[in-house]
Amino acid sequence: MEKTWNNKAWFLVLPVLVLVAFSAVIPLMTVVNYSVQDTFGNNVFFWAGTEWFEELLASDRFWEAMVRNLIFSFIILAIEVPLGIFIALNMPKKGWGVPVCLVLMALPLLIPWNVVGTIWQVFGRNDIGLLGYYVNALGLDYNYVQDPFDAWVTVIIMDVWHWTSLVVLLCYAGLVSIPDAFYQAAKIDGASRWAVFRYIQLPKMQRVLLIAVLLRFMDSFMIYTEPFVVTGGGPGNSTTFLSIDLVKTALGQFDLGPAAAMSLVYFLIILLLSWVFYTVMTNYDAER
Amino acid sequence: MARIEVNHIRHSYLPNPQKDSDFALREVHHTFEDGGAYALLGPSGCGKTTLLNIISGLLHPSHGKLLFNGRDVTNLSTQERNIAQVFQFPVIYDTMTVYDNLAFPLRNRRVPEADVDRKVRETLDMIDLASMANRKARGLTADQKQKISLGRGLVRSDVNAILFDEPLTVIDPHMKWVLRSQLKQLHRRFGYTMVYVTHDQTEALTFADQVVVMYDGGIVQIGTPAELFERPRHTFVGYFIGSPGMNVLPVALEGRTATLGAQRIELPGVPKAEAGTVELGIRPEYVRLGREGMAVQVSKVEDVGRHKVVRANLEGREIAAVIGEDDEVPADAKVRFDPAGINIYADSWRVEMGV
Repeated sequence: MEKTWNNKAWFLVLPVLVLVAFSAVIPLMTVVNYSVQDTFGNNVFFWAGTEWFEELLASDRFWEAMVRNLIFSFIILAIEVPLGIFIALNMPKKGWGVPVCLVLMALPLLIPWNVVGTIWQVFGRNDIGLLGYYVNALGLDYNYVQDPFDAWVTVIIMDVWHWTSLVVLLCYAGLVSIPDAFYQAAKIDGASRWAVFRYIQLPKMQRVLLIAVLLRFMDSFMIYTEPFVVTGGGPGNSTTFLSIDLVKTALGQFDLGPAAAMSLVYFLIILLLSWVFYTVMTNYDAER
Repeated sequence: MARIEVNHIRHSYLPNPQKDSDFALREVHHTFEDGGAYALLGPSGCGKTTLLNIISGLLHPSHGKLLFNGRDVTNLSTQERNIAQVFQFPVIYDTMTVYDNLAFPLRNRRVPEADVDRKVRETLDMIDLASMANRKARGLTADQKQKISLGRGLVRSDVNAILFDEPLTVIDPHMKWVLRSQLKQLHRRFGYTMVYVTHDQTEALTFADQVVVMYDGGIVQIGTPAELFERPRHTFVGYFIGSPGMNVLPVALEGRTATLGAQRIELPGVPKAEAGTVELGIRPEYVRLGREGMAVQVSKVEDVGRHKVVRANLEGREIAAVIGEDDEVPADAKVRFDPAGINIYADSWRVEMGV
């Protein structure tokens, strides 16, 4: 049969192109548009060039939020990953305990983020909150509204409570996929508990752990709702992370130009991270 | 090396076994002699892996005792029993090199590093992987990985026994042959006590001096490959070993004669059969096809290479006969049974024949 060569098939792709254009490209381009202009309202815009970007990259406020965010991500990773592995290792592998543990683990993940924030906002209050009241009753001076350190502790514990389950579930999936023969062979070879973890369980979890680390890193790097509900970025700016800062700039101060510039930089950072994620994953697969 | 006594061992995976059918292993009582090469042969689910895991200590038997050189080891852990076991699918430590994989069982036992090095190099030569010592084990082919699993067993020269659980399942046919002969060689050179689980009769018959045939949680026959072929103790052994399996025909006995429908078959002796279902077993290799004897209707001739298998109908029963590659099937074919190959079974168990 003679093949017909023309470009009519492109029309079949059109719906997707339209969808992507409306959902992603056009909104992004408006942001680009704002980022290079200045406005005083009334829909009057002035060309600003790279001014907002220069201002942003020179601003202490932006870098402080960035550093805060990186420290936050680092701390929650350092807690959630080892803790998640530890819990996964100790979860039952068969019997009635499995569904019980899985449901318990999945619960925090099913709660809407702003509800998580509200739960901890109330939980930590030192007048009516269970946690706040009793910690103070024990003689510790705990007040997340006034003390930056307490605010950090609260936000970190909240994130650990909310997201360790994700690491647990991923690790658990990796663990149950290890055939029994590996544990039997390890027994035959006289391996210690630590050697079993180091040479069998950890290598088999490597792949899911990589996903867990990168997911948690990106998520925590974009965190907004929970700390916003609990601390609103305070006290002062002590828990103002990048996204909170961005919303303050855009909606609080209504500085559309600087906010747009910040959005783009933020977007590029996330894009870079996604690329790193993708490259690491594909390299890892190629190596297998 | 050790003599392994399996003393009236029964095992059930259920917490409270009541009936016989609750047992994966009904009762096994057998001694694996020091330095012997044994094959445990049987279909899937007959309990052979269960028996193997009981010997290595991965399973604790519900009843019975296990002795190594007369010492009761039933309650000892796998480590304390000092056993090597190779599994069906290759087990390698992904992140280690080939060398470290082999060194692992020795290092776990705190063997001095100089000895580790010597042992590992010896073993690498044995399994023919010396050139890959520093490669990561993860990138190797299935049969190389299985060789590593094997090597981890061989590297400990002081093991009481080496157990193999269908180790060649994932290996390519030509490599199977190579690995099997290597195992055989190792056995001859070092005299390990080896127990080899398989459901492949060729593997069992070529590997072992003694084949232990298991069926439905028990041992039905232990013997040399020749004994299993000539004198199957149970009709199951007859079916299971041989290709095609033994012909088993229901007969009525009358002194030295067996009656099959209208046919009368002369027996080599008088069977000492009591009441029960009586059957006559004859291997296709002992069925002679020619112009004399009992009339059959030939239904199919299969040419399998070195010989032909003739499928025919005798008194309403399917039987198989093996004839030479160049032999012709006569038009009105008849069969005779070679008396040397006739066995009589009462309730599936072989009965002796007196003169």
